Amino acid sequence: FSKFKYFSTLNNEIKVCIVGGGAAGFYSSQYLLKHLPNTQIDVIEKLPVPFGLVRYGVAPDHPEVKNVINTFNKTAQHPNFKYYGNVSLGKEVTLDELRKAYNIVVLSYGSEIDTLLNISGEDKKNFMSAREFVGWYNGTPGLEELNPDLSGEEVILIGNGNVAIDVARILLTPVDILKKTDITEYSIEALSRSKVKKVYMVGRRGPLQAAFTIAELREMLKIPNVQTIWRSADFEGITSDTVTSLPRPKKRITELMLKSLQEAPKASSDDKQFLPIFFRSPIQINGDSQVESIDFSHTVLKNDRAIATNDVEKITGQLVCRSIGYKATSVDPSINFDDKNGRVVNKHGRVLMKDSTEIDKGLYVAGWLGTGPSGVILTTMNNAFQISQTIIDDIKNGELNCDEKKPGFDYSKFRAVTWDDWKKIDEKEVECGKKLDKPREKIVSVDEMLKLI
Amino acid sequence: LCTNVPKPQKEEVQVTFVRANGERVQSKGKVGDSLLDVVVNNSLDFDGFGACEGTLTCSTCHLILSQADYDKLPDKPSDEELDMLDLAYDLADTSRLGCQICLEKSMNGLEVKVPATVNDARS
Ligand SMILES: Cc1cc2nc3c(=O)[nH]c(=O)nc-3n(C[C@H](O)[C@H](O)[C@H](O)COP(=O)(O)OP(=O)(O)OC[C@H]3O[C@@H](n4cnc5c(N)ncnc54)[C@H](O)[C@@H]3O)c2cc1C
Ligand code: FES
Repeated sequence: FSKFKYFSTLNNEIKVCIVGGGAAGFYSSQYLLKHLPNTQIDVIEKLPVPFGLVRYGVAPDHPEVKNVINTFNKTAQHPNFKYYGNVSLGKEVTLDELRKAYNIVVLSYGSEIDTLLNISGEDKKNFMSAREFVGWYNGTPGLEELNPDLSGEEVILIGNGNVAIDVARILLTPVDILKKTDITEYSIEALSRSKVKKVYMVGRRGPLQAAFTIAELREMLKIPNVQTIWRSADFEGITSDTVTSLPRPKKRITELMLKSLQEAPKASSDDKQFLPIFFRSPIQINGDSQVESIDFSHTVLKNDRAIATNDVEKITGQLVCRSIGYKATSVDPSINFDDKNGRVVNKHGRVLMKDSTEIDKGLYVAGWLGTGPSGVILTTMNNAFQISQTIIDDIKNGELNCDEKKPGFDYSKFRAVTWDDWKKIDEKEVECGKKLDKPREKIVSVDEMLKLI
Repeated sequence: LCTNVPKPQKEEVQVTFVRANGERVQSKGKVGDSLLDVVVNNSLDFDGFGACEGTLTCSTCHLILSQADYDKLPDKPSDEELDMLDLAYDLADTSRLGCQICLEKSMNGLEVKVPATVNDARS
């Protein structure tokens, strides 16, 4: 009982609006519902369907990662939790309206655009972002018409994070394996006609700075009929001595790369190839209307930064994906947004007032929108838990007063999707999937989703 | 996951989870259960624990053992388990993933440390 004594508001329901129904939104809801007595949580989500990048980012051949959805479903069953899909901040509602209607607003609407390379030619045909390519195979509404042309043999991925690895794996994995996943049917159709044989994954820095993690690399090394081919020159100077002195995670991943480099390729000419390349920074995109090749400058490391040299290498590729990161945007003019870093200006999740170091009381940011687009669901979970705890501490310490009775927002004037409505969409997807021997077939069109409810 | 269940007659094994703030949570499981099963079956309150439900894709079931207990475990961690551990917070030499450790009779009285979570950071 003693832990409730801090809350003078005990008799008054604390109204919380969480903007964005992705991992950060659900983990924040879970934590607040459990640890802050008498809270009523409304989650608003731009799309009719929940789960953000857990549904639209996580690769279809990683269904285990999506088990987190079972926990999200439990949170959604809580009597004090309400879901309003198909409602966007900045479109249906403004931040000012939400601030008036709720004691607390948590912004967790993620990072939805991509970082550009800012070199000429990024608008050429078949040059796209990994975000778009991922959205295409995962059925993100609006990206179903991307139609990547897979008739060329070579693909270049610029950037070497786990998203680049996901794209490489989807391009190289036998279609018979993929078609049993929840990948969109139109992508399976396109991938089954794919002529892609080689996927280059190019990083600006060296093997020791590689952004991908070891589990993803190990998985690449195990894809049937795919050879991984490293360039030994990229590993010059990396000896067993340098490796031993590295911290354990770096040490293990470097050892795995070196082991794979040393293993003579057990080549068969039918094999597809995965070719990680290091120390190359893109400087020019070549091709008439469609991309044909990229000029990379050879780089050297200086204080851990990649410095371009005058050496240039041309790599040919008929499809190129830029995979150098996601970026958040401001969706409402009253958000204190840092355009340069692509995130909401905050201190430990507390949003700051514009042009000030003062805290904007009652406004918080969680997930990629506040931290920047890096890390895995675990990182996002820890961040959401931490910020929820900060909210609770702020109330406990009297920094945030929630005594005022707030009405919540009336969403009935919009075509808001409730949790039960989403369940109908969910059931339909699972049913359509059954016919195709897949866990689900995602409905891609928002109109079609709305027709089901 | 646990294929080495020795007997159909399941025996109980005592396990103590020690939070970073020193709080001891006593519980028990059956021979063959994983430590994740013990947490789930006893509804132990560790926020976020076991997010991927034992499929070796999350590392939220990270636990730290004593050197002696670590050395005594019959199975060494697989490469895949070590890969996930590499992403865990507060990684120690005797870290393991709870979903990969299966109880045996000889483990009765086992004590494991639950690495710090935000929940322990307060008070
Ligand atoms: C391609 C890809 C693959 C990944 N694979 C893995 C993986 O295998 N394992 C892993 O652990 N992590 C993976 N991640 C990371 C993981 O997805 C993120 O850590 C996590 O999803 C971030 O959560 P978030 O809530 O901040 O953002 P999101 O999940 O993006 O959620 C934001 C939500 O806000 C909604 N929204 C946007 N604008 C508005 C608005 N104006 N109003 C209301 N709602 C809005 C969006 O529709 C979305 O639902 C992957 C990420 C990507 C990009
Ligand atoms: S529960 Fe996810 S790795 Fe153990």
